[in-house]
Amino acid sequence: MKKTYGIEVDCANCAAKMEEAAKKTSGVKDCTVNFMTLKMNVEFEDGADEKSVMKDVLKNCKKVEDDCEIFI
Amino acid sequence: MTKKQKKTLIRIITTAVMLILLAVISPVISDRITGSVEYTIQAVPWEELFIFLLYLIPYFVIGHDILKKAFKGIVHGQVLDENFLMAVATIGSMVLGEYREAVAVMLFYQIGELFQSYAVGKSRKSIAALMDIRPDSANMITGEETTVTVSPEEVPVGSILVVSPGEKIPIDGIVVKGNSTIDTSALTGESVPRTIHSGDEVISGTINQSGVINIRTTKEFGESTVTKILELVENASSQKSRSENFITRFARVYTPAVCAFALAIAVIPPVFNLIMGNPADLKTFVYRALTFLVISCPCAMVISIPLGFFAGIGGASRAGILVKGSNYLEALSKVDTVIFDKTGTLTKGVFEVVSIHKKKMSDQQLLKYAAYAESYSTHPISRSIVTAYGLEIDKSLVSSVEEISGHGVSALVSGSRILAGNAKLLEENGISCQNCPDGGTIVHIAVDGEYAGHIHISDVIKESSPGAVSSLHNMGIGKTVMLTGDAKEVAEKVAATLGITDYHAELLPQDKVSLVEEMLNNRSENGCVAFVGDGINDAPVLTRADVGIAMGALGSDAAIEAADVVIMDDDPAGIARAVRIGKKCMRIAYENIYFAIGVKVIVLILSALGITNMWLAVFADVGVMILAVLNAIRTLKAR
Repeated sequence: MKKTYGIEVDCANCAAKMEEAAKKTSGVKDCTVNFMTLKMNVEFEDGADEKSVMKDVLKNCKKVEDDCEIFI
Repeated sequence: MTKKQKKTLIRIITTAVMLILLAVISPVISDRITGSVEYTIQAVPWEELFIFLLYLIPYFVIGHDILKKAFKGIVHGQVLDENFLMAVATIGSMVLGEYREAVAVMLFYQIGELFQSYAVGKSRKSIAALMDIRPDSANMITGEETTVTVSPEEVPVGSILVVSPGEKIPIDGIVVKGNSTIDTSALTGESVPRTIHSGDEVISGTINQSGVINIRTTKEFGESTVTKILELVENASSQKSRSENFITRFARVYTPAVCAFALAIAVIPPVFNLIMGNPADLKTFVYRALTFLVISCPCAMVISIPLGFFAGIGGASRAGILVKGSNYLEALSKVDTVIFDKTGTLTKGVFEVVSIHKKKMSDQQLLKYAAYAESYSTHPISRSIVTAYGLEIDKSLVSSVEEISGHGVSALVSGSRILAGNAKLLEENGISCQNCPDGGTIVHIAVDGEYAGHIHISDVIKESSPGAVSSLHNMGIGKTVMLTGDAKEVAEKVAATLGITDYHAELLPQDKVSLVEEMLNNRSENGCVAFVGDGINDAPVLTRADVGIAMGALGSDAAIEAADVVIMDDDPAGIARAVRIGKKCMRIAYENIYFAIGVKVIVLILSALGITNMWLAVFADVGVMILAVLNAIRTLKAR
C-alpha cells in the first residue's frame, strides 16, 4: 500500500530529517521525501490504518522540524 | 515570496529600524533617567533595566520563533540544533548586558535564513516547472461528434483521444488521424520538434504543436511513459551520496563538540585565573564562549550540500538526463571505465544498406529485385533493403515466395527467379559468389541462376558516437570498452572508427555479465565502472555496474527500472554530459565543505583567543552560508 502526500518544508536537509522521522514511525514500511516536488511517498505496512499512521508521521515530523506540514 | 517569507522580511525590517533607533536614543534615555532619579544609594540600576526592556522588544520580534523552536527541540530531545545554538548565544549575551549584540545576532541569522529559504524555493520551483509534464486531462471521443474531458486515469486502453495544438499528449498511443509536430524537449532535452503522421507512435508528456491529432491509446495512464518518468523523478532524492551522509554525520558530532568547547572556554580560564589568584574575569570568557557558539552553527554545509545535489539532479533532468539519486552523481564523477553495448547504443540498431556491388545491372535494378524478393519477409535485413529501395512495391508481381530460414529467400519476380540471401544459399543452388571486400553482412543476389551482385548491409554508427567517445577520453576517462554479440570484423571496424580502446565481440548475453563483473573486480580503488546500454536486453548488466546508464529509454520500462541514470534521447553525447554534471556537482560540494569548514575554523580560533567579537562571528556565519548556497545553486546550470 503506497500513498503520496503533499508536504511543505523549507530546506533539503529538513526534508531528509522528515524522511528519517517518518521511516521510524510504526506502521510505515518505507518512506521517501522528495524536496523537489514537495511530496512524500509512504509505503505502509500490511494492515496498517493509514489515517492514524499518517497522524503519527506528522507528529514525529513536527518533532524534528517544527515548520513542516503534511497535507493528509 | 511566500507568506511566511514576507512575514519574516517585515520582522527583519522592523527589528533593524528599532535597533537603529535604540542605538541613537539609549544614551539619551540613560542620561535622562540618571538625571531624574535621586543619586542616593541605588539598589536597582533603573536605567539599565529600562534599556534592557526596550531591547527586549526587537529581540522578541525577531527571535521569538527561534526561541520557541529551541525550546520545542529540547522538549523533543532534538537538543543541539542551530536554533538551540542561537538561543543560548543570544540569551547569554543578554545576560552579559550586550543587548545590541544579542538582537543583531538574531537579526543576521534571520536574514540568512530568509535568503536561504528564498533561494531554495526559487531553484525548487524552476526545477519543478521543468518537470511539469503531468497531463491534467484527456479529451476522449465517445460518439460521432461528442468528446468528453476526463482525467487521464479514467481512459481505457484503445480509446480515441483528441489532442489540440498546445496540449500535452496524455497517454502513450498511435496517431490515427492528422499530422503535426511534437515537442519532446520536456522528456529528452531535444529542442528540434518531431514530425508525426498517422500511424506513428507518440509518447505521453510530449506537447502537440501544430495540428489537431487523434490518437488511439495503447496503454493505461498508470503504465504510460509520463507516469513512469514522474515516479522516477519523485523517488530520485531517496538515494543519498556519501558527501551528504558525511555532512549529516559531521553535524551530529560537530555541534556537541562545539558546545563542549564553548563550555570549556567559559569555565576553564576563569577557574585557572582563580587558582592563580587573579580575578576570574568570567564575563570576558563567557562572551568569547558565546561568540564561539554563534560562529559554530553548521547551517552553511547542512543546507548547501543537499541543495547542490538537488539542483544537480534538476539541472541534469533539464538536459534530458534522469539521475536516480545523488549517490549516482557521485559515482558518475568517479567513472574511469565506460563499457558500451554496441547495438542501439553506439550504433542505430537498425540495418541500412551501405553499398551495392553489382555485375551488369544498375544499382537501382539490383536493389529492386532484392526488395521485391524480400517484400514478404519481416526479417530486419529484408526490411532494410525494402526501405533502401524506397519505392512502392507492386506485390502482384511477386509469386512463389519461399523463405529458407538462415539462408534467405527465393521468389519469382516478373517471371524471373530471384535468389537473395547469404553465400550458402547461392552455393546450394550451384551459383558461385563474389566475396565482398567490406566484410559485414552481405546479401547476394542471383537472377535466373546467374550471379547479379551483392548488397552490403550494416548497422550504422550514430553521427554523435565518435564525438561522445572522444569527449569521454578528453575528460580523463582512460578506458572505453565495447561489448557486442556481433562478428569480430564488424566490432573491430566500429571500435577503430570510434576510437574505443578495447572491444569484445561474439558475446552471448551471459558473457557480457561475466565480463562486466571481471572489470568491476579489476577496477582501481577510487574508480567506478559505468555500463551504457539501450536497456532492452542488458538489464542484468545495468544493475550490476557501479553506474548503469540506459539510453533512448523512452518507452522502455525495464530500462528505466534497471538503470541508475537514464538518458532520455538516444544521443551518446549524453554520457559525457552526465559525467560532466556529476563532476561539477562533486566539485561544488567539496568547495562548499572546504570553504565553510575553513572559514569557521579560522573564526573559531580567533574567537577562542578573543580577537573577534560577536558581530564578526555572525557576519562570518551568515556570509559563509549565503556564499555556499549561491555556489550550490550553480549546479542547476551544469551542462
